[in-house]
Amino acid sequence: MHPFEYARAGDAAGAVAALAGDPEAAFIAGGTELVNWLKDGIERPGRVVDINRLPLGQIEATSAGLRIGTLARMSDVAAHRAVRSGFPALAEALERSASAQLRNMASMGGNLLQRTRCPYFRAETDLPCNKRRPGSGCAAREGLNRTHAIFGWSDACVATHPSDAAVALRALEASVRVLGRGGERSIPLADFYRLPGDAPERDTVLEHGELIVGIDVPATPRARRSWYVKVRERASYEFALVSAAVALDLDGGRIREVRIALGGVAPMPWPLTEAERALAGLPLERAALARAVDGAFSEARPLARNAFKIALAKRTVVRALEIAGGMA
Amino acid sequence: MISVLAPPSRAIGVPHERLDGKEKVSGRACYAADTPAERLAYGVFALANIPRGRIAQLDVGRAEHAAGVLRIFTHENMPRLNPVSSPPAGQSLLPLQSDRIAYEGQPIALAVAATLEQAAHAASLVRAEYEREPFNVDFRTQLERAVEGQSFFESDTRVGDVERELAQAPIRIAQRYRTADRHHCAMEPSATVARWENGSLTLDDATQYVWGVRMAVAQALDIAPERVRVRSSYAGGGFGSKGYVWPHQVLTAAAARELERPLKVVLTRAQAFTAHGYQTASEQALDIGAERDGTLRAVRATSINPTSRFDDYVEYCALSARSLYAAPAIETRHRVVHVDRSTPTPMRAPHDGVAMVGLEIAMDELAYEAGIDSLELRLRNYAQRDPTTGKPFSSKELRACYRLAAERFGWSGRNPRPGAMREGRVRIGWGMATALMGTFRMPASARVTVESDGRVLIEAGTQEIGTGVRTIMPQIAADVLGVPIEQVRIALGDTTLPETGGTFGSSTTMSVGSAVLDAATRLRDELRELGAHEDEDLGAVLSRSGRTSLSADGAWSPGEEGDFSMHTFGAVFAEVRVDEDLPIPRVSRVVGAYSAGRIINPTTARSQIQGGMVWGIGQALLEESSMDPTLGRYLSKNLAGYLVPANADVPELEVIFAEEVDAHASPLGAKGIGELGAVGVAPAIANAVFHATGVRVRELPIRLEMLLA
Repeated sequence: MHPFEYARAGDAAGAVAALAGDPEAAFIAGGTELVNWLKDGIERPGRVVDINRLPLGQIEATSAGLRIGTLARMSDVAAHRAVRSGFPALAEALERSASAQLRNMASMGGNLLQRTRCPYFRAETDLPCNKRRPGSGCAAREGLNRTHAIFGWSDACVATHPSDAAVALRALEASVRVLGRGGERSIPLADFYRLPGDAPERDTVLEHGELIVGIDVPATPRARRSWYVKVRERASYEFALVSAAVALDLDGGRIREVRIALGGVAPMPWPLTEAERALAGLPLERAALARAVDGAFSEARPLARNAFKIALAKRTVVRALEIAGGMA
Repeated sequence: MISVLAPPSRAIGVPHERLDGKEKVSGRACYAADTPAERLAYGVFALANIPRGRIAQLDVGRAEHAAGVLRIFTHENMPRLNPVSSPPAGQSLLPLQSDRIAYEGQPIALAVAATLEQAAHAASLVRAEYEREPFNVDFRTQLERAVEGQSFFESDTRVGDVERELAQAPIRIAQRYRTADRHHCAMEPSATVARWENGSLTLDDATQYVWGVRMAVAQALDIAPERVRVRSSYAGGGFGSKGYVWPHQVLTAAAARELERPLKVVLTRAQAFTAHGYQTASEQALDIGAERDGTLRAVRATSINPTSRFDDYVEYCALSARSLYAAPAIETRHRVVHVDRSTPTPMRAPHDGVAMVGLEIAMDELAYEAGIDSLELRLRNYAQRDPTTGKPFSSKELRACYRLAAERFGWSGRNPRPGAMREGRVRIGWGMATALMGTFRMPASARVTVESDGRVLIEAGTQEIGTGVRTIMPQIAADVLGVPIEQVRIALGDTTLPETGGTFGSSTTMSVGSAVLDAATRLRDELRELGAHEDEDLGAVLSRSGRTSLSADGAWSPGEEGDFSMHTFGAVFAEVRVDEDLPIPRVSRVVGAYSAGRIINPTTARSQIQGGMVWGIGQALLEESSMDPTLGRYLSKNLAGYLVPANADVPELEVIFAEEVDAHASPLGAKGIGELGAVGVAPAIANAVFHATGVRVRELPIRLEMLLA
């Protein structure tokens, strides 16, 4: 492990200032991700700024929605009564994440900033990976890419984003509140992640030194009838092969409006906009749902070893719709 | 020759919790890496990141100048060591002896510093430039290059006229089956602490075989074995990864000698993927001919596995076919393909645990082809004698196992039609398979002593790797001497104690247990000569005869196996649930009944078998060490990438032992159970998946995409 200094931030502005003056510095919250990067040499910060003492751990539920502090722990958010009743997709996504021990430590802000589980990126000594070492190539493009993207990838990077919570939050139309030197700004989750393009080393639109201070989830007509389905080979403590979050507004037995985001298939939570349009007005019937979802995959570009993800993702979306709609 | 203990027994066969359980769960048990030492230095290996070539240039300048660094050992300054024979060495290639790189992960330097963190950082600063050479790590692309390898057993066997029987058989199953590369992933990574004093070496080591380590290190370092003491009080699992001796043990001892101070090396999880062997993938071809009623006419089993360029390691994946089912013609053949990887090694359960995957899926295919119940097919082909050697089995209660497990599972209620059972959108499948495991026995010695307070001490050099030795051996001595088991303790894991074999091959209970039985029996006879009578306090006997202690040495050697075919057996039934849309198989029930000789401790035995079943679930559904063939490197060298079952993957596991005493295997009547539980589970699951879905999977682990119809 590369030697580094440790500092503790007294307030949010101080934390931002600490990073602004030091391009080699990084924030640490729960440490469940950063410590992995340190050990594997993925990041080599010269200084680690501990933000755990900042007063950003609140979970507030109002008529407008949820305000989740960046330091709220995953387990606390998942257990919160307002989250469970009003935003079930988020509670489900969190509870299907990681292990109980990790959920007790990991912060919500940090969760959104997880980096890909692509094995070429996560190697203990580096392998060709543009995300880890720009210009070194993407070994997964022609390599073992069973778990990789079918949407949104580029020749420079075919990795997927691993967060479960981000997928649920995307379907719940959440935004991320960010503090930088110029003050606070709100970024819809829809605009938060970047496609890899030619610069896969940047996962999000965050600038160096910007600190996520909170996550806002609006109380839409859809949030209460939301759900998350995670498909993985190990029954627990495993990232999604494919996952789907849906949020439904029903008009009797018909869908009035729906939001859908997929996990495990793209470099970011992947919105299924075409299916959202096609599903509006449809009855909650399996065959109808499946037909409407089908069309949304015409843009999918599978790699050599992951074509199965198309069929799997379609079925996962249908299952999530059925559960959210009370059919399964 | 001591006879089998006559029932009723006071301690043998009685369930007993682990005597060392509290020590382990409270953290008081001392593992190799916990060994304290003054002036202890820490070593961390830097590894090659190419599979084949030559080190052109090694830059250790930055590493040498990093804080706390004591020495950077490379092939340029590590003393030349003697080659070590295998066994006990796991592989013949010893790193840091030349500039040749023969596998990825081969150590190119050992950074030694005053702290672990400094050593790890220094290791990360070592820079190598290589002359790369063309390589091939993928045996499946070069099966035509398979050659005969030299190892433990015969490569090829043949009885009867296989060609003719196959040609005349009205039913023929000819298929290929594949298993994946797997790693042991013991909870405790290998660790070694080396200390030299006056030319003598003490190694505290995470090993399954202290004498093997002594032999290898003495040979490599050119010193007398008597000058090497190896200790292993506890090991956090081995599963074969610590059975042979691997380079880190030898190199740690050599580096400590150069440094003239104690040195500790603990492998990282990632290093554990290349620092010791792995279970090879296999390519198994089964060709089975049968009559319409399912009676076998011929079995031809062929197996190919990869090994390193420099050693032959044969995974005997056609071995089970030699002994399991009666057939007039049986042919088996093993070949290896040399690839640019490290040497494989046994892993729970070696040979039969892999071989039974192909054979038992093929038998299930035959059952469907012939329209016969899978269990009935096994019974119709039940072997009364070893069909290849013609020898009788030393004991075999497999028929009872089939009955006991089938009854418990409810097999008779099975509708064999695939897809016949479902609950809502979940398809349910029932599958079964036989388990067969070879019996390995080793010479052992032991000493049993009564002390003045009446307490009993067993001394035997054997290792405790989680199997229950610290409980089972006291049970045996307590039984013979008529004392409560709590009054007996064991000193083990030390080459200064009476010699035993390694803790592998499921051999410890019968081998070391028989030596303890012998020593305890001799001690009992001596006590009787002192006038001791039934249930008299042993301390009182000693003081009456003016002694402070009384010892007896015992030994046991398996002798010739000549007359018998020796195996353990089991019948495994599994239930799986497969969602019809999202078809990931989940195991919901496993029942296994076992024929494994006399069971010394039903509690630890059950635990052993259950652990093995979990291995079987991993083999069937999760475990695969993936290697990028273009880079020649393993991917995901961690427990997030190499998936072993979590608790949520493990359902209720029922274990039944058939009543059995194998007097031919050992005087205790016991055989081995450490590996048996890991056999038969994976094919039973694969067969259950077929029953649930109608999809016949011939490759493990079973992946969702194989079932996405």
